[in-house]
Amino acid sequence: MHKIWLIIKREYLVRVRKKSFILMTILGPILMAALFIVPTYLATQTQENRIIALNEDANYILEDSEFIHFTTIPTSEAELLKTDFSGSPYYALLYIYGENFTLYSNQQISLSVSKSIERQLEQLIEHEKLKLLGIDLQILEDASTEINITTKIISEDGNTSNSQAEASMGIGFLSGILIYMFIFMYGTMVMRGVIEEKTSRIVEVIISSVKPFQLMMGKILGVALVGLTQFVLWILLTIIISTVAELAFLDANVMATEMNSADQSVILAQVAEFTGGINLLQIFLAFIFYFLAGYLMYSALFAAVGSAVDAEADTQQFVLPITIPLILSFVLITPIMENPDGTLAFWMSMIPFTSPVIMMVRLPFGVANWELALSIGILIASFIATTWLAGRIYRTGILMYGKKATYKEIWKWLKY
Amino acid sequence: MPQNMKDLLIVKDVVKQYGDYTALTNANISVPKGSIYGLLGPNGAGKTTLMRIINQITAPDSGEVIFDGEPLQKHHISEIGYMPEERGLYKKMKVGEQALYLAQLKGMSYNEALEKLKFWFEKLDILSWWNKKVEELSKGMAQKIQFIVTVIHEPKLLIFDEPFSGFDPINAAIIRKEILELAEKGTTIIFSTHRMESVEEICDHIALINKSKTLLEGTIEDIKKQFTANTFEVVTSSGKLQENDVFTIVSGKDNNYHIKLKEGKSAKEILESILKDTEIISFKKETPTMEDIFIKAVNNA
Repeated sequence: MHKIWLIIKREYLVRVRKKSFILMTILGPILMAALFIVPTYLATQTQENRIIALNEDANYILEDSEFIHFTTIPTSEAELLKTDFSGSPYYALLYIYGENFTLYSNQQISLSVSKSIERQLEQLIEHEKLKLLGIDLQILEDASTEINITTKIISEDGNTSNSQAEASMGIGFLSGILIYMFIFMYGTMVMRGVIEEKTSRIVEVIISSVKPFQLMMGKILGVALVGLTQFVLWILLTIIISTVAELAFLDANVMATEMNSADQSVILAQVAEFTGGINLLQIFLAFIFYFLAGYLMYSALFAAVGSAVDAEADTQQFVLPITIPLILSFVLITPIMENPDGTLAFWMSMIPFTSPVIMMVRLPFGVANWELALSIGILIASFIATTWLAGRIYRTGILMYGKKATYKEIWKWLKY
Repeated sequence: MPQNMKDLLIVKDVVKQYGDYTALTNANISVPKGSIYGLLGPNGAGKTTLMRIINQITAPDSGEVIFDGEPLQKHHISEIGYMPEERGLYKKMKVGEQALYLAQLKGMSYNEALEKLKFWFEKLDILSWWNKKVEELSKGMAQKIQFIVTVIHEPKLLIFDEPFSGFDPINAAIIRKEILELAEKGTTIIFSTHRMESVEEICDHIALINKSKTLLEGTIEDIKKQFTANTFEVVTSSGKLQENDVFTIVSGKDNNYHIKLKEGKSAKEILESILKDTEIISFKKETPTMEDIFIKAVNNA
């Protein structure tokens, strides 16, 4: 046990100290934070006031919106502007002649401005036409309706709760993707580590001190810790960076006052209501389980592949069958979200190769306890089985040099 | 059993098969305490498999291995040092850190490992490499580190598989000196090689393995005696040698002859019979080289 701990420590420290790890850990949250910040920043950019000139003889009265102001100018001046816009105080000139509408400017006109004007003109003309047809606008307004359906779930103990498909989808999608990413990134990291030990010829030196199985498990667990470290740091850094950045922006735009504590508690209440029907604790625990068990099962297989080959270039034929179920579960996330209780969803969340991703997608929509228990049981049994199997391939594979591994060859190794 | 007390390692009737391929059939060796034991045989004879079994990397299908009087067990790992033929180090790891790691895997504590490593690094004058990465070292330099991590935990038994391959002559000489020094202190050493000539100089015991079988085993002296063919090399001053009832001529050219003693005759009789005809410049009993013995043993088998 002491030795496996030494191996875990080495595998962990070597990777965590790598420049690429530190770089990825820092860049990851910056990129993620950028996803939050850039839209906010862009939103502040559009808030500049724009004055649009309108020719006098147009006979349209346009209403000012928050950032767009209209001002009427003599037609002669408008005619002048049409040929020479430089030096004018306006953002653009809206020139209306009959049913022809043209915007003139000396710069690219923002899409939101032209769309907003279009909408207003459409409405004006529409109302005009309706009036001509003798329809009362008030009647139209009274007739317009808007409905919001509230969906409720009645649980076995008779309690009702609000069902929130959007929140379920969001949580399911996010956790499914995270598990998929984690298995892929760190599974291949395990494989590369095994190949490195084989090509650098250190493996026989080490297994004269420890059992091959200990070396394999030490590597798998060490890399798992690297992955967890990276995710935790990403989450922490993302929160820190986006909070700091948001505060900075809010300050600059004097919006800090708007975002007072009352607003925040409203938002929190909304979040609570939004996720009301979802058992967050269950999801969190299940996430941790599927995250680790899925990784352990797949990384053992990746380790076995690494042990069977002499170079990373030879891994293709063995990696493909391993990744197919993983990619399949990724592709099926959307169809499963649309029908989370279907036959496909059920079986995919039972088969251990797809269950880590698919069960997490289904879980926020509500899954019967026996289904969850069965899926967990199958996954535990299969990760023990695959680890055992991989261990047998591994202990023979790591000592095979220069022999091109085939499936037939690997089948023989299992029996040695 | 007195045999067990004298021998540090006994391999008895060990069989190992990989599928249809037989790596070892009834391998038998006894390695006396304090000996320098040569394990000889061509590539693919089964030497590496035997060493992996001794190091508990693979388990034998049948037969037994006795180490220091008891059946080989897990805890014996810390009493054996093994330098495999396929050897290397983590390229991206620093020399000192890596040596510490490997020493700790052998069961040493951190402080003990650090102390011993400093001693060896100073002894081989490589303390300045401590913070270098292995990829910055030459192959010969890396081999020195490899040697240190093999012997660092002061095992009772050291096993070297083709130890001098990859070393330049100067470094090979340094390592050979260190190995002999360890042997003098009482460490039992097993050398495995297919280069027969290198073994003759250092080993006192050998075993010949060919096609998964032990062909010969014993002290070099005994084995040589066993294979001595009673031939002599004679250089005469002039005149031709004639075969007589004492010897036959195996080959002869100019004044240089290889002659074979006939059954029941002695070297003294040869000398007397030659001196009757001519003068002798040199007269030497021919002893076979390990290579000769090996070829003979393989052909006889």
